[in-house]
Amino acid sequence: MKQSFIVFLSFVFFLSGCGAPARSSEPSASIETIENKGSDTIVNLALAWAERYQELHPEVRISVTGGGSGTGIAALINNTVDIANASRQIKPEEIESAKANGSDPVEFVIARDAIAIIVNLENPVDELTLQQISDIYCGKINNWRDIGGEDRPIVRLSRETNSGTHVYFLEEVLRLGEKENKTLFSTDTLLLPSSEGISAEIRQNPNAIGYDGLGYVTEDMKVIAVARDASSPFILPSAESVNSGAYPIARDLYMYTNGEPLGTIAAYLEWILSPDAQQIVAELGFVPVTP
Amino acid sequence: MIMKNSLHWREYLITRLFRISGYSAIVFVGMIFFFLLREGLPALGKVEFVSLFSARWYPIEEYFGILPLIGGSLIVTIGATLIAVPFGVGAAIYISEIAPRWMREILKPLVEVLGGLPSVVLGFLGILILSPYLRILLNLPTGLTALAGSLLLGGIAIPTVVSVSEDALDAVPKSYRDAALALGATEWQTIWRVTLPAARSGVLTAVMLGVGRAIGETMAVMMVTGNAAVLPKGLGALFAPARTMTATIAAEMGEVANGSVHYHVLFFIGIILFLISLVVNVTASAVVFRQQKRQERILS
Repeated sequence: MKQSFIVFLSFVFFLSGCGAPARSSEPSASIETIENKGSDTIVNLALAWAERYQELHPEVRISVTGGGSGTGIAALINNTVDIANASRQIKPEEIESAKANGSDPVEFVIARDAIAIIVNLENPVDELTLQQISDIYCGKINNWRDIGGEDRPIVRLSRETNSGTHVYFLEEVLRLGEKENKTLFSTDTLLLPSSEGISAEIRQNPNAIGYDGLGYVTEDMKVIAVARDASSPFILPSAESVNSGAYPIARDLYMYTNGEPLGTIAAYLEWILSPDAQQIVAELGFVPVTP
Repeated sequence: MIMKNSLHWREYLITRLFRISGYSAIVFVGMIFFFLLREGLPALGKVEFVSLFSARWYPIEEYFGILPLIGGSLIVTIGATLIAVPFGVGAAIYISEIAPRWMREILKPLVEVLGGLPSVVLGFLGILILSPYLRILLNLPTGLTALAGSLLLGGIAIPTVVSVSEDALDAVPKSYRDAALALGATEWQTIWRVTLPAARSGVLTAVMLGVGRAIGETMAVMMVTGNAAVLPKGLGALFAPARTMTATIAAEMGEVANGSVHYHVLFFIGIILFLISLVVNVTASAVVFRQQKRQERILS
């Protein structure tokens, strides 16, 4: 809900941003265009950046499209975009096919995304290990009593399968990042179509456990501290713990360019890492890479 | 001569136009069914029959078992029917037979307002009020259950059932009631033994329209049933989360790659939905047709 509203807003700003300079533009001013494509996770952020940057630099046009990380990287390999967005790192075989095509992807970490494990405020459980969260979601642990809580059934909440967050959670938490692991969500996991659906259920149901992007967590729910394994410390998600790598359920978000960027593209990427642009990262619920 | 000719032409044109509008309904249904078959039948070739009718639905890992979805739709719809039929027909009887005139003038428009409420609004009420209340009242692990969906769908179907069966009851000639009362029947006996049986085919149509409304409803159901693809086993499933066919199509169609196996399976689910509502409608008209024949026989 919130996300689509932001998309809508940024689209409106995008349009108005495009319209204004066109009317006042001098014929001598040459317009530089940056093509930016890829991950749907990043698309709102990339749109917000593009809109802000075009306000600051009317001579630059940035066109942003989604389509998924794979789509963006494929377009970069085919040399049809200037910047590819990806919510995962480029794969070795993608680098190879890029090299074969005469392009040389260069990586920039532009923001981070953390997933918070959330429960009802009344729930006495404060901390869980990754293994415990995996056991809860695949149906091995069915009562809060087994992990130090009250004698209550566990109600598992998840985003729908088409959400990128769902897939990331499946791979990194349920399967603990192991490629051969074929663990699946327990069939009685509730698949809710929106972040708001998860928040509403967490707020009122002391049996529930859910997960969502750090930006969607509000005051009226409890965030669980997570440990990588039984011997590691339990860490709460925050900008510091995500940036230091201590919080285990976080990922980097990337932009890739074809070779070391030059000119306008270099200036844009430099601006993205500036405090002004990273402020937008925090506003959209991601974790800034620089304080 | 000229005037006669133009009248003739006008007549011809207008009858043709009406005939086209009449046939267009058949053409549209035919085209929709053809499109569904074209996009859905390849699913049978791409997924093995056994795994298509298995109990695990997890499309991103190629588990395409649609039984939990069919079961989810059935349990939610049966629950909704059990709520909508008694309340809907009861309300119709009250409005048409018992209520004083001023009460009827208030109730009829109110029922129509209820029918006009967007289902997504009901869904919001369901998430924020109904499901927390159900969880506490029935001591369930979560209130996002098939029962919550049934209650909402019942509420959505009631206006349809009320207005159609109220029309049917209204159409029963006054002489039937007068005759029954004159023979010494009480008011209840008149309603139960004379008026309602006389309006039976209309009431049955109302029920079927209500069921159709319930099985096709998507948004409200998606918001309150929890969407967990669990195969229902017995009536206890009413108190557990369920995932309906409509909610699955709505939630997944937006992101699916055009032409992929998942895409075809979603259309296959569409075919099954289509067939279910076809069966419901055909059964209803068959029953109505048979009763009309019997009535004609008795009257002649």
